[in-house]
Amino acid sequence: MTDPNLSKIFMQTLIEDLKSSKIFTDLQNAAQIEITKPGVRLSELKKGVQAGLIHSGWDKRLKNAVFKYLQTKPRLQYPVTPPEHAKEPLLYLRKAQKSSGKVSTKPRLQYPVTPPEHAKEPLLYLRKAQKSSGKISTKPRLQYPVTPPEHAKEPLLYLRKAQHAWEKRILKSLNSMCTELNIPLARKRPEKEQKEMNSKWTELGVEGPDLTQIRPVYAPKDFLEVIVGIQNPNYHGDNNGFFPLWGIVQVPVKVKSINKLRLQYSEMAINQCQSGIDDSTDIPSELFDLDRSKLGKKVVNANHGPVAQEFSKKGCPSSLRATLWSQMLCVEVDDVDKLYYEQLKTSVLHHDLLVDSLLYKDVKLTATNDDQYFVFEDFLYQVLLPFSRDTFVLNHFSQNSATPPKSYIRGKLGVEEFSVLYPPNGVIPFHGFAMYVAPLCYLYNDPVILYYVFREIYTRYFYRLHSISSHHQGIVALSLLFEVLLQTHEPELFFHLKTVGCQPLKIAFKWLVRAFSGYLSSDQVLLLWDRILAYNSLEILPVLAVAIFSFRKTNLLKVQSYNAAEAVLADLTTLQVIPLIQLSLFSK
Amino acid sequence: MQRTGMARLKYACDMDKSVLLNNFEARGWVPVSPDDDWNFYWANVQSIRNVFSIDSGYRLTDDQVINHFPNHVELTRKDLMVKNIKRYRKDLEKEGSPLAEKDENGRFIHLDFIPLTFMLPADYNLFVEEFRKNPNTTWIMKPCGKARGIGIFLVNKLSQLKKWSRDSKTNNFTPPTSKDTYVISKYIDNPLLIGGKKFDLRLYVLVTSFRPLKCYMYRLGFARFCTVKYNASVNELDNMFVHLTNVSIQKQGEDYNAVHGGKWTVQNLRLFLEGTRGKEVTDRLFDEINWQTVHSLKAVSGNISNDRHCFECYGYDYIVDDNLKPWLIEVNASPSLTSTTSSDRIMKYRLMNDLINIVIPLDRCPMSDGTKYHRKNI
Repeated sequence: MTDPNLSKIFMQTLIEDLKSSKIFTDLQNAAQIEITKPGVRLSELKKGVQAGLIHSGWDKRLKNAVFKYLQTKPRLQYPVTPPEHAKEPLLYLRKAQKSSGKVSTKPRLQYPVTPPEHAKEPLLYLRKAQKSSGKISTKPRLQYPVTPPEHAKEPLLYLRKAQHAWEKRILKSLNSMCTELNIPLARKRPEKEQKEMNSKWTELGVEGPDLTQIRPVYAPKDFLEVIVGIQNPNYHGDNNGFFPLWGIVQVPVKVKSINKLRLQYSEMAINQCQSGIDDSTDIPSELFDLDRSKLGKKVVNANHGPVAQEFSKKGCPSSLRATLWSQMLCVEVDDVDKLYYEQLKTSVLHHDLLVDSLLYKDVKLTATNDDQYFVFEDFLYQVLLPFSRDTFVLNHFSQNSATPPKSYIRGKLGVEEFSVLYPPNGVIPFHGFAMYVAPLCYLYNDPVILYYVFREIYTRYFYRLHSISSHHQGIVALSLLFEVLLQTHEPELFFHLKTVGCQPLKIAFKWLVRAFSGYLSSDQVLLLWDRILAYNSLEILPVLAVAIFSFRKTNLLKVQSYNAAEAVLADLTTLQVIPLIQLSLFSK
Repeated sequence: MQRTGMARLKYACDMDKSVLLNNFEARGWVPVSPDDDWNFYWANVQSIRNVFSIDSGYRLTDDQVINHFPNHVELTRKDLMVKNIKRYRKDLEKEGSPLAEKDENGRFIHLDFIPLTFMLPADYNLFVEEFRKNPNTTWIMKPCGKARGIGIFLVNKLSQLKKWSRDSKTNNFTPPTSKDTYVISKYIDNPLLIGGKKFDLRLYVLVTSFRPLKCYMYRLGFARFCTVKYNASVNELDNMFVHLTNVSIQKQGEDYNAVHGGKWTVQNLRLFLEGTRGKEVTDRLFDEINWQTVHSLKAVSGNISNDRHCFECYGYDYIVDDNLKPWLIEVNASPSLTSTTSSDRIMKYRLMNDLINIVIPLDRCPMSDGTKYHRKNI
């Protein structure tokens, strides 16, 4: 129990959550089937059933479920009260107590004479509440307060405020588009239209809605302006300190040093063979590729998330990637999931939402014009439209600093009872949103599996790339990490670019927000995302961005304007990302 | 960096294509008229006929190379290619070659790589016999001498072919010219679909000699996609956008996208297939394509006049079915060098650059030292 997060309370909630999930009923059913099997003896019922369950792979399923839980559930932000704190929270008093040789077991008296009811509960209103509820609390209350729900989303008030203001702005722009174009946020489709759409479900790209008037609600550029404008009101550091930052992000959040990153990504070191480099066709496959594929197949057969994760730290062989990713994400699509997807599809058919047009427009502006992704256009609609209807996505807002936007039924503006979340999944797409899905189309040929893998990746990682938070994987920290790394390791380059009026983040920001999708060639995006999933972190993105600046340094040092710098970095499709990351992490 | 012995070559070119001219210029070559003394001539098919016709009396000298073989039609005309491949199979079978092995249904295991094909009107009766066996199959009619999808249509009723049967009876004594001969092939009705769309593969093959066979496969081919969702139903038979992937046809469709032109690189195709189908089957597909290319070249190697001044860059068209089996559809003698998109331009520029590097290594004047220049198989 070295991990403090695996405390008793955490384990309890874990078990409770598992008990209330589908896996528990499945397990019960499976156990019942085991009992009816002829080989099970009454005298060894428990043993027999357990052996049967293990035989049918249930130990792996349970392990994977716990793994998923550990990966996705928010850890407690405040530590649980250590037992000695319940005795005495102040260390020097504990020490004094110890040196005096006595151990106080009774609660110290706060009043000269404590009234007896105070021993039970010192606060009157709690006593009253207790009385009315009829129960008597005997356990000491936690000394640290329980994390307030908004803190789980974002502990810093000024960032919560910034995010709130940004959401208001997005919503306003969405509403004004509605008013301007005189289209409703949602409307029910007539029966005929529903049937027509159903028959065209796999070719929605051919005759989409009229999109000439639709424009993306915002682009990464607009979002960057907001981030640059955020300031910490409690922080009066000026730039005359001994380590002035040249960048434009002014939020003081903690970012990792290169040494920490080296440790974190140590499996990517130059002396370790990597998929995506050492398995190229120019290298004899006996040297690496054969063994790697063999090991990969073993890993896939083990079907255990952490093993798949460990293996993928050195990249996934392209033929095993689809399986490894779904194992790392613990995505297993069963009949219930398929049914659920069909329900989402039905709700797309029933109602036409304004976000649909935004999604259509985004696909048309990005993937449709991309020579790597245009073939998947229709797949993207089959994922994105149901995604906007999926209320399961709302769950991730408990950790996301963003809050799902609300809309009101016509004529009831502002009346809470008539509020609905809009869109149903709470995510308003922006310019480039479709590119979170596009690379996955190279792995999954079935739209349903594609859907669930995307949903898991989005609710684990990508939502952080467009909401303001102090999380070390949030876009603010990633932007700052980029600037700090670049300033520390390429000061000459950073200073030159800054002097010619080209803040590096202004170019790199869009790469970060899209996790490089659409900027790199498709195979390279997949190799990069291998590492996001395997290391369970988005911090690889700023590392790569810095590497790209270093790699094009010679040309960047010659530019004299922002446009020239942008031109040098316009085409990244020829880059090999893994050697670049290695270069910037391990060569200096 | 001019090397000693590196001459400023003289080139002639019939085509005003930037991917060609930019390559010549980058090498510092000098343009001349086709009537002058050239070292390197990129000619169109018409000029080739003149150069090699007996009437012209033109003799190529040691320091001249030209981009077509005199009778390349043996490979590049649809009917002749089919005839040659059929003969090649028969020959191998007679020899008892293991390549001619057949499965229990009497089909070649290794040599069954072109769709079942008949000449019209010549093989009309054979075709009718086959058609009656499987009346529900769709067939595709292609005029022998035309390219870029011109004159192609689909057939699923014999009545659509009345014209050819009658023609074949009345014109029995005058053998039909290539203009009014057609090939009719079994339509591949289970093509591999990606994103629900049909595609074919265009690969580039350079041949510098047929005897011995020396050929080079270019790595950067592409897949051409139909803009419209594939639909095998009969009422879509007339919609050529569904069936034909020729860029010149797709360009007329309203959904044509000028940014990518419906073209997807072979690398992307490979990545997709490895990701969704696995590496073994993907490797096998590309292996099979390479073998089919070699077989098709072997099939004509005896017929082609292997002029040592000639080289040729062929555009090979393949269709892949949903069992990941490739089918050779046709071979083009003059694959389009027009660039539809910017990546297309880069790809074709590099194709030409690689091609010239192979045909004229080190930019040395071809065969000027009296020996045949060095050719290497990669």
